[in-house]
Amino acid sequence: MREGTRFPHIPPEFSYGLGRSPINTSRAHGATTNMQTLSEQILSRAAGRTVSAGDVVTVNVDLVMMHDSLSPSIIRVLHEELGAEQVWNPERVAVVIDHVAPAASVQTAEKQADVRRWARAQGITHFFDVGRGISHPVLVEEGIARPGMVIVGSDSHSTAYGCVAAFGSGMGTTDIALAAATGRTWFRVPETVVVRAHGNFRPGVSAKDLGLRAARELRADGATYAAVEWHGVEQLTVMERMTLATLSIEVGAKAGLVPPTGLKLPVPEWLTLQEDARYSRVIHVDLNTLEPQVAAPHTVDNVTDLSALGRVAVDVVYLGTCTNGHYEDMAAAARLLRGRRLAPGMRMLVVPASAQALQRATEDGTLNTLLAAGATIGTPGCGACIGRHMGVLAPGEVCLFTGNRNFRGRMGSPEAQIYLASPEVAAATALTGYLTHPQELG
Amino acid sequence: MARVWIFGQDINTDQIVPGRYAPYMLKNEADLRNYPFVEHRPDFAANVQPGDLIVAGNNFGCGSSREYAPLALRMVGVGAIIAPLFARIFFRNALNLGIPCFTADLTGVLRDGQMVELQLEAGQIITETGECIQLPPPPSFLREVWAAGGIVPFYRTHGRFPGEAA
Ligand code: SF4
Repeated sequence: MREGTRFPHIPPEFSYGLGRSPINTSRAHGATTNMQTLSEQILSRAAGRTVSAGDVVTVNVDLVMMHDSLSPSIIRVLHEELGAEQVWNPERVAVVIDHVAPAASVQTAEKQADVRRWARAQGITHFFDVGRGISHPVLVEEGIARPGMVIVGSDSHSTAYGCVAAFGSGMGTTDIALAAATGRTWFRVPETVVVRAHGNFRPGVSAKDLGLRAARELRADGATYAAVEWHGVEQLTVMERMTLATLSIEVGAKAGLVPPTGLKLPVPEWLTLQEDARYSRVIHVDLNTLEPQVAAPHTVDNVTDLSALGRVAVDVVYLGTCTNGHYEDMAAAARLLRGRRLAPGMRMLVVPASAQALQRATEDGTLNTLLAAGATIGTPGCGACIGRHMGVLAPGEVCLFTGNRNFRGRMGSPEAQIYLASPEVAAATALTGYLTHPQELG
Repeated sequence: MARVWIFGQDINTDQIVPGRYAPYMLKNEADLRNYPFVEHRPDFAANVQPGDLIVAGNNFGCGSSREYAPLALRMVGVGAIIAPLFARIFFRNALNLGIPCFTADLTGVLRDGQMVELQLEAGQIITETGECIQLPPPPSFLREVWAAGGIVPFYRTHGRFPGEAA
């Protein structure tokens, strides 16, 4: 581990011209090791040879995900620029309509119709239409995203697949078109930054607080070109792990993996946490003392303890997204909202991450609790996360958001303010009208 | 001559092109050229000239995978982007689209509005006083993609990925 440089994570290729020597990947105690990080294990298997951090490799991908927002351009590059008539394997390309679902305009409706026709013509088996939910939880629920896979998606939060110890990575239109055409892509094998949790969450504190705490320490560029591994969180459910995996991109990571320990899924025997692997950096978080964290406008790493913020009045609470729109998140909110009503003038939007999450919340009464408290339920999907529909913010509005980005203008007006926090803080805030620690409500 | 446009650090893709201005949301996708920095710096799209340089602080392009962010910059003809560190997806997207990106911190060296000359082949910036700033050359596996004009022509010509043995 090397400390004290300004960008300790920059791999040698990218530190050219910055006057620094290549990163020292030998272990702190000098011993060499055959142990591999999760990324090295997965990329070695995918490349068909043993690779380690810094190597540039071409790998076979197990799954390519594209969503409605970029599919039209991916399809165009695939056919018109690459000249590919067919995707390389229609059973390994997943298409999900989640970013504007249901369609909000004639333009988006038309483009979605094109994508539907294309998916049918290509024989895409994993096609998920409006209402099934956000690509990331859906592919995990469907068992299509599995431990040890290499998954590339047209979405930066494709790091999400790390919740089942898959190497998930986001890419743009051209890279995804190329992967869909060839079944292959290239990577520089990343160094790994470890976030090591110790102890147990206190009441009212959850995975989101750990994720934001890590962003506070690593900052928005702290894991650029690297992978993040989240250790010490084997008690978390798959979707709670997804909270951490999705937040990995917010510190710049290429992938964000939770070790498969404790997963109730078949895990390939070659995939194990090897704690003696070479890590470029390790940060420690003591869960026993961790307080609710809040990312204040307008960056995800602008994080403080909730208790340090003073009284911040909130107009709308939005519970949803691939980070915190899961069943667990609705249930955590319902525990606080049970038998209570939203503060006067408060709006609370709940947009479940998937139809399965919504169904589960319906079956056990969670949904009723939310509705009885005065919350509004949206169609499972991305909702207003990118400011396109279903709860876009007005100038001057303050939103408490359980999502992953509070960039200026992200959810609508650039004059709106977005605070990121956990579902527990969201529910407590919905009840009082200002940023509130869940413990205050008992 | 190229104008220098100075930007701060952690410029995210929502600042480059908000999701609300995605081609997916537009009636006419060619309108994307009107929207680079539409809210963050409204004077940019109206005044940028082909060849102009973006000189930014650390972590340029962080955030989403939207290739339409660098695409919008290519549509207005941005000549190169220079920043000490690029967010990974943005860097790949820009590389794929053939936009030259150099990793160097010139925010304290050049001023906003300054006219300079970029000599791409030599990787040099010549200021109006004749001063020469040498930009660090990118690693070889990236240079070959640049030389081809982007990843699609690279792949179509070579039938392989960057860094892969021929
Ligand atoms: S919920 Fe938000 S962050 Fe997640 S995939 Fe959708 S738009 Fe992206």
